[in-house]
Amino acid sequence: MVETGHFALVLAFALSLVQTIVPLVGARLDNQRLMAVGGPVAVTGFALTALSFAALASAYATSDFSLANVWENSHSLQPMIYKITGTWGNHEGSMLLWVLILTFFGALVAAFGSNLPASLRANVLAVQGAIGAAFFLFILATSNPFIRLNPAPIEGRDLNPILQDLGLAIHPPLLYLGYVGFSICFSFSVAALIEGRIDASWARWVRPWTLVAWMFLTGGIAMGSYWAYYELGWGGFWFWDPVENASFMPWLAGTALLHSAIVMEKRSALKIWTLLLAILTFSLSLLGTFLVRSGVLTSVHAFATDPTRGVFILCILTLFIGGSLALFALRASRLTAGGLFHPISREGALVLNNLFLTTATATVLVGTLYPLVVEAFSADKISVGAPFFNLTFAPLMVPLLVMVPFGPLLAWKRGDILAVAQRLMAAFAASLLAMLVTALFISGATVLAALGVGLAVWLVLGALTDLAVKAGFGNVSVGIMARRLAGLPRSVFGTALAHMGLGLTVLGIVGTLCFGTEKILSMHPGETVELSGHTLRFAGIYPAQGPNYSEDRGRFELIGPAGNPVGEISSAKRFYPVRQMTTTESGIKTLGLSQLYISLGDEGKDGSVVVRLWWKPLVTLIWGGGLMMMAGAAMSLMDRRLRVGAPSRRRKRIEVPASAGMP
Amino acid sequence: MTARLSIGSLVLLLSLVFAGAALAVKPDEMLADPALEARARALSEGLRCMVCQNQSIDESDADLARDLRILVRQRLVAGDSDRQVMDYVVSRYGEFVLLKPRFDLRNALLWGTPVILLLAGGLFIALNARSRRTLATKSLSADEQAALDAILRRD
Repeated sequence: MVETGHFALVLAFALSLVQTIVPLVGARLDNQRLMAVGGPVAVTGFALTALSFAALASAYATSDFSLANVWENSHSLQPMIYKITGTWGNHEGSMLLWVLILTFFGALVAAFGSNLPASLRANVLAVQGAIGAAFFLFILATSNPFIRLNPAPIEGRDLNPILQDLGLAIHPPLLYLGYVGFSICFSFSVAALIEGRIDASWARWVRPWTLVAWMFLTGGIAMGSYWAYYELGWGGFWFWDPVENASFMPWLAGTALLHSAIVMEKRSALKIWTLLLAILTFSLSLLGTFLVRSGVLTSVHAFATDPTRGVFILCILTLFIGGSLALFALRASRLTAGGLFHPISREGALVLNNLFLTTATATVLVGTLYPLVVEAFSADKISVGAPFFNLTFAPLMVPLLVMVPFGPLLAWKRGDILAVAQRLMAAFAASLLAMLVTALFISGATVLAALGVGLAVWLVLGALTDLAVKAGFGNVSVGIMARRLAGLPRSVFGTALAHMGLGLTVLGIVGTLCFGTEKILSMHPGETVELSGHTLRFAGIYPAQGPNYSEDRGRFELIGPAGNPVGEISSAKRFYPVRQMTTTESGIKTLGLSQLYISLGDEGKDGSVVVRLWWKPLVTLIWGGGLMMMAGAAMSLMDRRLRVGAPSRRRKRIEVPASAGMP
Repeated sequence: MTARLSIGSLVLLLSLVFAGAALAVKPDEMLADPALEARARALSEGLRCMVCQNQSIDESDADLARDLRILVRQRLVAGDSDRQVMDYVVSRYGEFVLLKPRFDLRNALLWGTPVILLLAGGLFIALNARSRRTLATKSLSADEQAALDAILRRD
C-alpha cells in the first residue's frame, strides 16, 4: 500500500506536467483534441493524489513505523482519531494535503467546466497543473512522506501533544481548502492574461470560486482561533503571530476580491483590478506557505542554516508571483476597462472597501516581514508584535466597518447617499442608544468600549435594514413584504448574513477585551473564589490516566445563588511521557454567550495550586460571527446565478423593483 | 527536537510557539498595590519574551520572562514612570524586546505603510473618478461626429 502511494505520487507529478503542457499547447494551436486532454488528466491526477494520501493515512492508522514520517509523528497508543489526523500534523503530510486539495480544485474545474470556452478551460487547467507540478516536485525532492526506515523501529515518537486534539481534524483541512482554493481564481486570472481577454464567462466563474475559498478560509481561521483559545491555556483568541498573519493576509485580500468580483460580475467594471487582486490573493497564500514551511520565521539565520526547503519554495514563489505579475504588466493594457460609475454608488462603496482592505493587507504584510528585512540587512533585530498590529489595524477597520451598512443600500451606477442615510436612521439611533446604555449602565465601560458596542449594533442592524428596505418595509403590507423577502435573490441574504456575522464578531471582541475580568491566585482545596458574580469552589486535584498521558485534573464547582453546586469545571495538566511534554487543558464553562475559563498552574508544596480564572463575556460570538459569515457565503453560493457549474441561464433575472435606489 | 518541530504544519508552528505556556504571571510576583500591578501588566504586554517566539513576558512561562516581569515591577516600585521603565529595559536588552517598534527613521516604512497606502490609493481613486467623469461627459469633436455620421450613412 505504501509503495503504491509513493508510486501514485510520482505518477501524479508526471500527470501534472502533462496537464500543464498539453492543454497550453492545444490552446495555442487551437487544437480541440489537445485542449480536451486537460480535463481527464486533471481528474486522474486528483484520483492518484487521493490514493497517495489514503496510503499515507492508512500507514498512520496502522502505525506503520517503517515510514520515517509515521515514526516521527505517531505512537501506537494514540487514539485512532489522532493517528489519522496525525497524517497532516507534520510538514510532509500537510504538504500532501496541500496538493490533494489543489488537485481537487483542478478536478472540480474539469468536472464542472464544460460550459467554459474550451481555450479558457484549457489554460486554467494548465496553470493549475503548473502549480501542482511545482509542489509535487517540492514534496518528492525535499519533503517525501514515503521515505522508509530499515530496520523499522518498534515504536513511534508520538504526535506533538498539543496537536492531539479534535482541532487538528478540522482546522488544517478547512484552512487549506480556503488557502489553496484561491489557486482557482489565480489560474483563471493567469488564463485570462494568456488569452488577453476577459469575457463574460470569466466574470461569472471567478466569483463563486472566490466565495467557496473565502468560506472555507473563514471557517479555518475561526476554528484555528478557537483552538488556540482553548488549547494554549491563557484565553487569547488572536495573537498576531506571523503564522496567523500568514492565513489572515489571504483572507483580507480574498475579502477584497469577493467584493470587487461583485462589481465585475454585475457591472463589468474593475476587471483589471479584480484580476490583479486574484493574483495577489493566491500570491499571499503562497507567501504564507513559504513563511510557515521554510522556518524563516524563527530567524533569518535559522533559515540560512537549512535552506533546502525554504529556497525551493522561494523559487516556486518567485516563479509564480513574478511570472504572473510580469504577465499582468505585459497584458493588462490590452484588457478593456469596464463600465463607468459615479463615485457615490454601490461600485464606489466597493472601491472604498477594497482600498481599506488592501491597505490593511499591506499593513499586516509589512508588519510580518519587517523584522525579517531588518535582520537581513542590518545586525539589529526588532520585534513587531500585537501592540503594533492593534494600533495600525484597528484604525483601518473602524471606518470600513462604519461604511459597511451603506454599501448594499446604495444603488449601482449612481446612488443617493442622503436617501440611504435616511433609511439607516433607525439603525443609527439604535446603535447610539446601545452606546449610551453601555456607557451609563455597565460598570467599567470605557468610551472605547461603548463605541465598540455601538459599532457592532450598527453592523447588525444595518444588515437587517438592507433586508427590510429590499422587502419594501413601510411601503407595502406585511403579506407583500414576506413575499418580496422570499423572492429576494439568495445573495442578498448572503450579504446580510455575512455583515451581521461581522457585527457579532466585533461584539464578541469588544465584550471580551473591554468587559472581561481575570484573577490569578493560589488556592487550597475547599476554598472559593468570586469572579464577576460567579462563585467557584476548588474541590481539589485528582490524578487520572489517559491512553497515552497522565494528568492532574483540578475540579471546580460553580456555586449557584442558593449556595449549592450548579455545575462543574475541570482543568488539567497533562504529561505526555513519550515526548516528555506537559500541556494545559483549560476548563471552560459556557454560560449563555459568555464563558468562564480556568487554567491550572504550578502546585505549591502546601497542597495549594496556582489558578488563573477569566470571565469572558460574549466571547463565543467571536467564532459564532465567523460561522455566520460562512453561512452567508454558503447562502450566496446557492444563488442560482452563482451556483458552481450551473448552466448559464439566458433568462435575464429581473431585478427586484424594491432594490436599493428607489426613494 | 525544536528544529524538527519548527518546520511543522501551520498549526504545529503556532502550537510550538506557545508550547508549555501554561501560566505566566504568578501570584508571588504580583505587587500589593493594584494600580502599580495594573501598570506592570500593561507594560509587560508590550515587552517580548526574548527566548520565545512572538510572546509577551506577560504570557510567557520562561524563566527569562519571569526575571523581566520582576525587573519591571522593581522599577515601578522604585518610582519610575512607564517610559523610564521601558527605556531601562531597552537599554539592557535592546530594541528587540519592544513588541511595538519605536517611531524612528528605520521603522518609518513600517509605521508609514498604512497612511501612505491609504492616501495614495485614495488619491488614485479620486483622480481616476474625475478623469472618468470628464471622459464620460465629453461630447464628440467635430471630426469624430463627421466620422460617426459617415459610418452611420454607410449602413
